[in-house]
Parts: sequence; structure tokens; C-alpha cells
Amino acid sequence: MILDKKIATRQSYGEALAELGEKNENIVVLDADLASATKTSIFAKKFPNRFFDIGIAEQDMMGTAVGISNFGKIPYVNTFAVFAAGRAYDQVRNSIAHTNANVKICATHCGITVGEDGATHQMLEDIGMMRNLPNMTVISTSDDVQTRWAVKEISKIKGPVYLRLCRLATPIIYDEKFIEENNIKFEIGKAIQIGDGTDATVIGTGVTVVEALKAQETLRKRGINIRIVDLYSIKPVDKELIIKCAKETKKIITIEDHSINCGIGSLVCEILSENYPAKVIRMGINDTFGESGKAEELMKKYKIDAEAICNMF
Amino acid sequence: MKVTDIKELEKIANNVRISIIKQVYEAKSGHPGGALSIADILTVLYFNQMNISEENPNSNLRDRLVLSKGHAVAALYAVLAEKGYINKDELKTFRKLGSKLQGHPDMELVNGIDMSTGSLGQGLSIANGMAIASKMDSLGCRIYCILGDGEIEEGQIWEAAMTANKYKLDNLCVILDYNRLQIDGTVEEVKGLDCLRSKWDSFGFNVIEANGHNIEELINSFELARQTKGKPSIIIAKTIKGKGVSFMENKAEWHGKAPSEVEYKIAIEELEKSIVK
Ligand SMILES: Cc1ncc(C[n+]2csc(CCOP(=O)(O)OP(=O)(O)O)c2C)c(N)n1
Ligand SMILES: [Mg+2]
Repeated sequence: MILDKKIATRQSYGEALAELGEKNENIVVLDADLASATKTSIFAKKFPNRFFDIGIAEQDMMGTAVGISNFGKIPYVNTFAVFAAGRAYDQVRNSIAHTNANVKICATHCGITVGEDGATHQMLEDIGMMRNLPNMTVISTSDDVQTRWAVKEISKIKGPVYLRLCRLATPIIYDEKFIEENNIKFEIGKAIQIGDGTDATVIGTGVTVVEALKAQETLRKRGINIRIVDLYSIKPVDKELIIKCAKETKKIITIEDHSINCGIGSLVCEILSENYPAKVIRMGINDTFGESGKAEELMKKYKIDAEAICNMF
Repeated sequence: MKVTDIKELEKIANNVRISIIKQVYEAKSGHPGGALSIADILTVLYFNQMNISEENPNSNLRDRLVLSKGHAVAALYAVLAEKGYINKDELKTFRKLGSKLQGHPDMELVNGIDMSTGSLGQGLSIANGMAIASKMDSLGCRIYCILGDGEIEEGQIWEAAMTANKYKLDNLCVILDYNRLQIDGTVEEVKGLDCLRSKWDSFGFNVIEANGHNIEELINSFELARQTKGKPSIIIAKTIKGKGVSFMENKAEWHGKAPSEVEYKIAIEELEKSIVK
């Protein structure tokens, strides 16, 4: 892990998308007047003929992407998560998921870590909304390296994908050394276990994975050994790993920059209640809207940072 | 095989109407009014205008139709059955458990259906996407999209209209089924239909007005649209909801219900008589 080199997953996304565009002529990108924020501007500059700014019309953008995908192209549609999943939900449900359209919905600015823009821009329900849709694959990446992998990998899936990305710049987790030492492989449908402590399993996704890793380090000094699960593939989900961790550790904690009511906490509860009933502590946004503030301040206030995890022990 | 004989096309359209009534009667549910109003439009498109072939139904070069007002799907099934895409016996299964012929069009289940629809207001965006993709690869496809006049109350339609204008989608031809009725009453009462022509005109469309039940006028309108370059076209087709069945015509109540046995017999009798004429 390289703590001092920070990059937002939306930035990694934008760069990787432009790279993918070079290798695959079928990649088409649509945005809704947010290209500079979603970082599709990098692709747009390189491939103006394959970039479509649909304007502030997210519902129209989703439909346009479906029509383009029907001709064998692979559209990546981009806007903030609150508009991708919220504003255009019916379009995503009926025109994309129901038709199994090969559209990649790449939603940046998820969660409370959007920060200063406040509640109307902080999407806290999208994991639930998207994983409820048949045919939809849901991915939520936690760092630069994983995001770059995901951008390419989802182009190979034939069908709709929701990729959840963050505004906040976060450390690189999966540098080469870390990958080698921990024998890490990215694969849709799999989760990553980091460490094999048995005192607790902390399951995170997106920005909370780094927080869990920081907590792992702090807790180790207190003689508490926890393991981390990076749940980047939310659907399909790695049930086996979650069940295995529940069997092997004393405590299960989920932590997410998302509502605890329909996010990964709920997902883990569903899996365990059917397979290996265990107490699950869900950390996340508890049935409330967000507010303005710095991302770090909000993470502290809403108890989704390393300190909050440590306080559980 | 392109049908050019007007009388022949009228006959097919009438068969389509009979099939709509039969499907809805068998299913004991469905939407006869808005299906009957587009019977002539769909007949002209599928038998005279669109570049499609039953032998190669999935060709990327084919023209596409997005029936944005998906509730009128019985009309589409009827036309596809006349064309041989759907077995006529299968029409009896419309809206029944296990049938390919769902209550709203499902492209995954039926060969010849280019887009699944049902939630109103979404089809024009999709047609735009198809028109854009066809242009990107110079495929030369024409994309047709049928909208209801109540449907265009949806904001997404106007988002899409701006997109069609921005990308100068002259391979796109929208048909507005201007039957003046929706569910709760007339479009005038429910939301207002003022300045329909100037609305579309100001959104950058080439606006063509036609009698949606006059085969010859429809053919001419589609040809006009085809010749128009640099902008999308819309045909505002004046139609009668329930067209062809006297007691259904211009009645909002026939938007979404099936006829009783007595009503069914009268309807079929009326339609069969108009074939002879
Ligand atoms: C988004 C959405 N809202 C409501 C409905 C329910 N609905 C089905 S048909 C219809 C009326 C449609 O009127 P119009 O577009 O004029 O169709 P037509 O008269 O041609 O049948 C409504 C409200 C729907 N299918 N989709
Ligand atoms: Mg109407």
C-alpha cells in the first residue's frame, strides 16, 4: 500500500477509459455535461467521434446508449451516481437491465465522500438499487489499480454493468509489491481477503477499504488481529469467502460509504443468515441524508473511517 | 417483398385490425384503441418502407422500429405475423403465461422486435442511439420511432428531441400517433396539445402532417422524410383511436380493455365487411 500517493478512482477511470478506447474501437462514451468531473474529457479529447455529450439529460443519455449498444458497440455512460442510479432509474431498469443491454454505467461521486456539494449530490442508495436489478453486474472499486483493471474487465462482460466510483483521492492499495506479497488477483465474482487475523473480519468496498487497512495496522499494535475483505464485486458476490470468514473469525463488521439499509452490510446479512447465521455489525450511513463538509470530516462524523473501526474493539 | 399496391396494403392493414381484436379478445386484456390507430402506419412501414428481410432478421444493415408506445404491441405482433416472423397460431397466446408475446414488446423473445418498451417516453432516446450508431459506421439504416400523443408529455421525449437535432439525425423518422386521446381523457384536457407542429419545428424537426389512415399519404410522407437531409423528420399522423370498430372509435374507454363476446362479434363483422369494400 502506498499511503502518500493518492488518486481518485474517477481519475484512474478516465485515464483507463482513454487507454481502452485505443485498443477497442467499439468503445463509445456518453456524458451528461460532467465530462470534466467524471474525467471522460480525456477520452473525448482523444476520440471526439466516439464521444457524445448528451447534455443535462441523464434519462436521454441512458436510452441513447441502449440504441448505440444495439448496433454492437459498447457504450460507457457517465454521470454522478445520484443521477445515474437515481434520476435515470426507470431508464436503467426498463431500457438497460430488462433488455440486457451491453451498457456500462460508470457512476462517479458516490457516497458521502462527495463532500462539500452536500446531501443532494451524495448517493447513498445506489448499491441496493443496482444490485436489485436482474442482469446487472455491480462493481465498486477501492483504488487506482483495481479501477484500471475494472474498466477493461467490464468491457468483456456481455450485459449491463454499474461501476461505482469515488470523487475522493485515496491511496494506492494494490501496488505491485502488495499484490505479490498478498497473492492478489482481481476477478468478477470474487472478493479479496487481506490478512488472516481471526479476531474479526472487516468487509469494506470503495473508499472504506483503505480505512479498514489503516485500522488493521493500528489494531495489530494493540494485539488485535483482523482480516479485511475488499468486496469490490458486489454482484456477483463471493459468498464462499464471506461464509468462510464468518466461520474463521469472531466478529463480522461491514463498513461502507452507503446506506446500511441496502448496501453491502445488508448483502452480507443476507448471505450469512441463510448459510451461517452470525452477528453482523453494519457500519455506514444510518438512514439519514448527508451534508456539506470535507470528505474526511464527514467520514469521521458518520463513523466510516479507521478510527470508527478501531472503536469497535 | 415490397408491396406497392395501395388496395393490397389496405387489405393487409385491415387484417392487422382483425388480428388486434382477436388477440385482445383471446387475452381478455390489452390495448385495442392505440393499436388500431397505428395499424395503417405499421403496415406501410413493414410492407412498403422498411428494409428488412425475414430470411436475415438480425442483419445489422436492417432498418429498425422502436414502438415507443409499447402498449400498442398487438398491432406489431399482427404485422409481424403477417410478415411471417410470428406463427399466426401463436397470437392466441398473447399476454398468457409462458408466451413469447408479452403484454409489452420484448426484443429478447421475439425475432423482428428491435426494442423492448413499455415505460412511456423512452423510445425516442433509443432510436436516436440507433441512428447515431448507424451513422458512425455508415450503415445506411433508417430508424423509425412511433410515439403516442399522450406519451410526449414525458420530459425525456424533449431531451431526446434536442439530441436528434444536435446530431442531425436525418436517418431518423418519428411518427406521432396523433389520436388526441390518452387514458384519463383527451390529451387536450389532460395536459394540452397546443402548437404541436411549431413545437417540433422549433426543436429542429422537419415536420410532415398526414392522415394516418391514408396509405398513399403515409407512403408519400415517408418518402418526403427519406429525402430530407440534415435534420430528423416527424410525421404527425392524424389518427382515430379505435379506428375501424365503430363503437371503439374516439373513445378513451377503449384504451385498455377487451371486448365482451357480443362486442367482439360486432367488431369482427364490421372489419370483415370493410375488407370486401
Ligand atoms: C412512464 C409511463 N407512465 C404511465 C404509463 C401507463 N400508460 C400506458 S398507456 C398510457 C396512455 C398513453 O397515451 P398515448 O401516448 O396517447 O397512447 P395511445 O393513445 O396511442 O394509446 C399510459 C398513461 C406507462 N406505460 N408508462
Ligand atoms: Mg393518444
